[in-house]
Amino acid sequence: MAAAAAPPPQPAGRSSGRLLELQGVSKTFSNGTVALENLNLRVQRHEFLSLLGPSGCGKSTALRIIAGLGNISGGRLFWPEGGHVGDIGFVFQEPTLMPWATVFDNVHLPLKLQGQGRRQVRDRVEEALAMVGLQDFHAAYPRELSGGMKMRVSIARALVTRPKLLLMDEPFAALDEITRIRLNNDLLQLWESQGWTVIFVTHSVYESVFLSSRIVVMAARPGRIVGEIEIDAPYPRDEAFRMSEPYNAYCRETSATLHRAMGDG
Amino acid sequence: MSTMIEDDRIVGLQDEAIARAAEAAEKRDRVLRWAMPVSLIIAVLAVWEFGVWYHGTPHYILPGPWLVIKTLFTDWHTLYPSLLVTLQITFSALAIAIIGGVGLAVLFTLSKWVELSLFPFAVIAQVTPIIAVAPLILIYVDSTYAALLLCAWIVAFFPILSNTTLGLNSADHNLVNLFQLYGANRWQMLRYLRLPSAMPYFLGGLKIAGGLALIGAIVAEFAAGTAGTGSGLAYRILEASYRLNIPRMFASLILISLSGILIFFAFTLLSHLMLRKWHESALKREN
Ligand SMILES: Nc1ncnc2c1ncn2[C@@H]1O[C@H](COP(=O)(O)OP(=O)(O)OP(=O)(O)O)[C@@H](O)[C@H]1O
Ligand SMILES: [Mg+2]
Repeated sequence: MAAAAAPPPQPAGRSSGRLLELQGVSKTFSNGTVALENLNLRVQRHEFLSLLGPSGCGKSTALRIIAGLGNISGGRLFWPEGGHVGDIGFVFQEPTLMPWATVFDNVHLPLKLQGQGRRQVRDRVEEALAMVGLQDFHAAYPRELSGGMKMRVSIARALVTRPKLLLMDEPFAALDEITRIRLNNDLLQLWESQGWTVIFVTHSVYESVFLSSRIVVMAARPGRIVGEIEIDAPYPRDEAFRMSEPYNAYCRETSATLHRAMGDG
Repeated sequence: MSTMIEDDRIVGLQDEAIARAAEAAEKRDRVLRWAMPVSLIIAVLAVWEFGVWYHGTPHYILPGPWLVIKTLFTDWHTLYPSLLVTLQITFSALAIAIIGGVGLAVLFTLSKWVELSLFPFAVIAQVTPIIAVAPLILIYVDSTYAALLLCAWIVAFFPILSNTTLGLNSADHNLVNLFQLYGANRWQMLRYLRLPSAMPYFLGGLKIAGGLALIGAIVAEFAAGTAGTGSGLAYRILEASYRLNIPRMFASLILISLSGILIFFAFTLLSHLMLRKWHESALKREN
């Protein structure tokens, strides 16, 4: 069992210290489900980390714990550089929009909670909407949008605060292949230019290999880390990378690790 | 090539015919929706009028609907002020019930202890029949008007309280998480999340409370009887019954029913207007 204890070598110029660390974190729900057991995970500043694993292995739970939502049953969550409120953007697995508010107001919400009025930050909200290609829908209500569009609103809402740490829980699972690839590219570009740290939950081996600098593979019952893969390919990554031999090799390796995770899970 | 064009045209014509048929069906539906109940009511009234006429029933036993309507007009100068009194009590009680009910519901969500200690009182007030409590209230409260108000308030209060409490607690847990993540304080959580979530529930409670406030006001007036300030519609009914003025009793009854119906429709409309943008209850299903 390969715990994520060793600090991973980062792609050149990206590594700059720990952002946060999970130390032996366990989570047991009140109904007795052990969602996580002894989870050790270090997240480096500016890395693009993917959590990959079968359904029910505790990926969402881990992400919520990192966001400070819900208490931990054991172990601890450690931020070497302290406080982070307002610095986290979270894209939940479901769109989680307010049905009574327009797209604009939904995206504006995080800023509103920080006391910034509509007029003051109109440009920022519009900019976030443009990033996900929804600039023409700011007056629409969530019920008027497709599933994928709702998800994109949710992504825009996470981006609008310009967070240092972006937590994304299967953000693209509901999207078609083309949109997904486009948003993958956009996300990667933003990540590179903005200096974010991203923790990205996905079911897709291909997506995780394309995006990540590191993939952590989890297994279920109890939720734990069973493997870790460095994707030591340079950024920016583009279509050429998707066609390349190293990409395929990484996909095979990741796939094998995932199969092992599901086999003994 | 030409056959294809022809086919297209035929298909187009068919589509148009189908659309027109659907439109006609919808129109018929709309007309029937009103025509059915209205014609049924007219039929019932006609049978009633005919029965009274046929049997020669004296009007101090059962007046025909025509006489009742005539009475409504001839006695308008006494009935109208009474209607105003009853409506005033109803709406004042409702207003206080809204303020009190929503306020208390908010307090409940802020503190579990307030809820645990106060909710039993609300339940007791709700389950004890108002007709049984009204005489006591009339004894203990000096002003009859205040006593009537209190009675109407007690019955209108509970549905607003319980519905709003349910609504405030029904906020989507993921949204609660989201608000917490972005550092929302209690006030923001309430203002931007819990209150909007509670809105459909509150409006549902309001619809019930509106009718109940009217019933409470009438019941309390009956309990107060002729001893009270004696000017509401219930008082008119009592007074008319002593004088065997049955047509006036019916006329008062009609005014009470109409008020109840209007209150219900007004709140239904309000609810629709408030929710039509987003809530399932006010949306047309479009697939
Ligand atoms: N609120 C809860 N109460 C009880 N058990 C829960 C709760 N939430 C999650 N679980 C359990 O915890 C485990 C992990 O759930 P989690 O949602 O983190 O899985 P996941 O890896 O995100 O799965 P998926 O890929 O399907 O989203 C599951 O076995 C689930 O049954
Ligand atoms: Mg999940």
